[in-house]
Amino acid sequence: MQTFDPVQLARIQFAANMTFHILFPTISIAMGWVLLFFKTRFVATGQPHWMDAYQFWVKIFALTFALGVVSGITMSFQFGTNWPGFMTTVGNVAGPLLAYEVLTAFFLEATMLGIMLFGRGRVSERVHTWATFLVAAGTTASAFWILALNSWMHTPAGFEMINGQAHVTSWFEVIFNPSFPYRFSHMLLASGLTVAFLLAGISAFRWLKQDRGADVNAGLHTGIYIAALLIPIQIVVGDLHGVNTLHHQPAKIAAMEGIWETQRGAPAVLFALPDAATQSNQFELAIPKLASLYLTHDWNGEVKGIKEFGDQHPPVAPVFWAFRTMVGVGLLMLAVSWFSVWQTRRQRSIQPWLARVLVAMTFAGWVALISGWYTTEIGRQPWLVQGVLTAAQAASNVPASNIALTLVMYLTLYVTLLFSYIKVVFYLAKKATLKEGSVHTGGVANAEPAVQGAQHA
Amino acid sequence: MLDLIPDLTQAAGWLPLVFALVMALAMLAYVILDGYDLGVGVLLRRADDVAQKDAMIASIGPFWDANETWLVLGVGVLLVAFPLAHGVILGALYLPVALMLVALMLRGVAFDFRVKARVEHKPLWDRAFYTGSLLAGWSQGFMLGGLITGFKDDLWSQLFNALIGLCLVAAYCLLGAGWLIMKSEGVLQLKAVAWARGSLGFTAAGVAAISIMTPLVSPRIFEKWFSFPNLVMLLPIPAMTLALFWVMARSLKRLPTRLEQGNQYGAAVPFACTVGVFLLAFYGLAYSLFPWLVVDRITLWQAASAPEALMVIFYGVVVVLPVIIGYTVFAYRVFWGKSTALKY
Repeated sequence: MQTFDPVQLARIQFAANMTFHILFPTISIAMGWVLLFFKTRFVATGQPHWMDAYQFWVKIFALTFALGVVSGITMSFQFGTNWPGFMTTVGNVAGPLLAYEVLTAFFLEATMLGIMLFGRGRVSERVHTWATFLVAAGTTASAFWILALNSWMHTPAGFEMINGQAHVTSWFEVIFNPSFPYRFSHMLLASGLTVAFLLAGISAFRWLKQDRGADVNAGLHTGIYIAALLIPIQIVVGDLHGVNTLHHQPAKIAAMEGIWETQRGAPAVLFALPDAATQSNQFELAIPKLASLYLTHDWNGEVKGIKEFGDQHPPVAPVFWAFRTMVGVGLLMLAVSWFSVWQTRRQRSIQPWLARVLVAMTFAGWVALISGWYTTEIGRQPWLVQGVLTAAQAASNVPASNIALTLVMYLTLYVTLLFSYIKVVFYLAKKATLKEGSVHTGGVANAEPAVQGAQHA
Repeated sequence: MLDLIPDLTQAAGWLPLVFALVMALAMLAYVILDGYDLGVGVLLRRADDVAQKDAMIASIGPFWDANETWLVLGVGVLLVAFPLAHGVILGALYLPVALMLVALMLRGVAFDFRVKARVEHKPLWDRAFYTGSLLAGWSQGFMLGGLITGFKDDLWSQLFNALIGLCLVAAYCLLGAGWLIMKSEGVLQLKAVAWARGSLGFTAAGVAAISIMTPLVSPRIFEKWFSFPNLVMLLPIPAMTLALFWVMARSLKRLPTRLEQGNQYGAAVPFACTVGVFLLAFYGLAYSLFPWLVVDRITLWQAASAPEALMVIFYGVVVVLPVIIGYTVFAYRVFWGKSTALKY
């Protein structure tokens, strides 16, 4: 039976784990830098609302970080339990990259986090700012190593195969493999955007609850300005990443675009129902020649179709839809963030309806992130390491029943924790509102900081 | 046994040995460091009130995260340096590993949720913290048992593993209680002394059970310990373990009177003695298992990655590990002494 295929189950389990895990580091990477920004603003200006903003967001940061750490521990075990063939085949490449992640990033961020969270009052302000910096640097270093490995799995380079095992010939080529610069910047920008909308959404939520102090406005403005700044860059980097993918993984592009036949002047398919049985699109709505333009930067450039790749191509529908979800959310982010900036500049404050839109988009970054990762990861199938190792070859021989049992266990936990996380983030916002809402003067962006706020700075 | 060890002057000979040592040190650091915070988690259920629970959690707050990272390093080294053994060991321990992971996740997040969620949900997260700590400790003991018996899955081996699981929980409680005696004051400190006395007997029984049963389970291990002159040379290990237990028992007996007079002298003795017991037990275990990663099946050299890959990691370890130890020491110094309320 299809559903009890152990490889399929192992894949679902690993995907579930990855999906759950990636939500939290994505927030901690950029949030670390935002906290450092709040902290240094406070040190530079002495204005207490920066410290209030820091104190509020560091709580969410700590919660996010904890979820990232515990789900990350699971990863280090599942490499072996689910894909033993991965390490035996490409362990000489993956091993050192993972080892450097643990050595240079994990310990640094975990240890400094203790000082960052609980050390104020026990260490000097300077050491505390340094600890905050090191946590942010640690999370980013972690992303560097793991994306080097992930990119290598998409565009392997700098190695030779000897007796079925990868041996490194150049570490520089392994780490800075062809897709790494694009993937790493795409991911860091995604992290920035996720945090920007989280900042804006939660601050808008507090703003709507009449909690309109300077710290809330600082969070709101930081959020919408980061978003407005990063989203155009992200669109350009995304496009460059797509061109890079066309070069190295044409089957993935064909699936993303829903193009079955190799053609010149390929259309951009806006909507369609890709049908694997007939190998064609139903209800297609397309703009002629546009895909060739943005992929090859030429109206008549050639784009390979899925039929070109025999059975070595990814499932089309999930990749096609995941890609459209990501792009759709990205365009929505562009519209909302630019409009928010325009409104705060022209009308001095955002309007309630826009605040509600921002609240609704609090976790919009997650939706774009997950659909982006599904696009690229499902798009690599059937390969685990492009052209080197397939997922089926790397799978373990753990009985399907064991995988199914633990899968149910993990999924139950993940759903519970995700639900609790979102609830608690909003609850923390509400609690902050109740505690401080009455003190603040409200409404005006540059209101005098509340006296209460000054004390716990 | 010597024919299992290749030429140690070659990179393919000494590198795997170095990594086995790094892995052992990481695991030892994990067992001791996360051991005390898992122990505090298990003891949480015995606290009288919310204030005591908060104080217990505050004592481990700044540390637990980094403590768990040693597990990632240990398993990471197993994964990258001994991929063959990683697959076999984690494949054989699939279910207990999954149980441990779920338990670690539950307790790790409960730590944060309990102070951030609604007040009425706090007891629920406290229970999650307790349950997670208990199951994590137990499943680790279960896995340790599996490692000793070579992953046999008959009923007796499973029972042996389950028993070791209970003993490890008791040992973690002893470690956790010792930690609390150092880090807390007043009523909680006195309670911690009582908890330590309660877990002392179980821990001693556990160490004895493992010491007696391990040689019986494997004739090879029996041979290693009970042949002459090994027996005489190894005698200090059980002798020192016994001495440590004796010192600990005496200290726990005297501490309550001293603490009631406001005298903190010797408050670190139970913790230090427990760490000593862990070191000795770990050394004994390492001696029993060496040079096997999977008993009588895979030696550490057979499981090792290519020397050139190990060399790349070796440079990193040589440079970075001392730095890690340095800032870990720094973090412990920052939070030295009695713990204070956690607020940020």
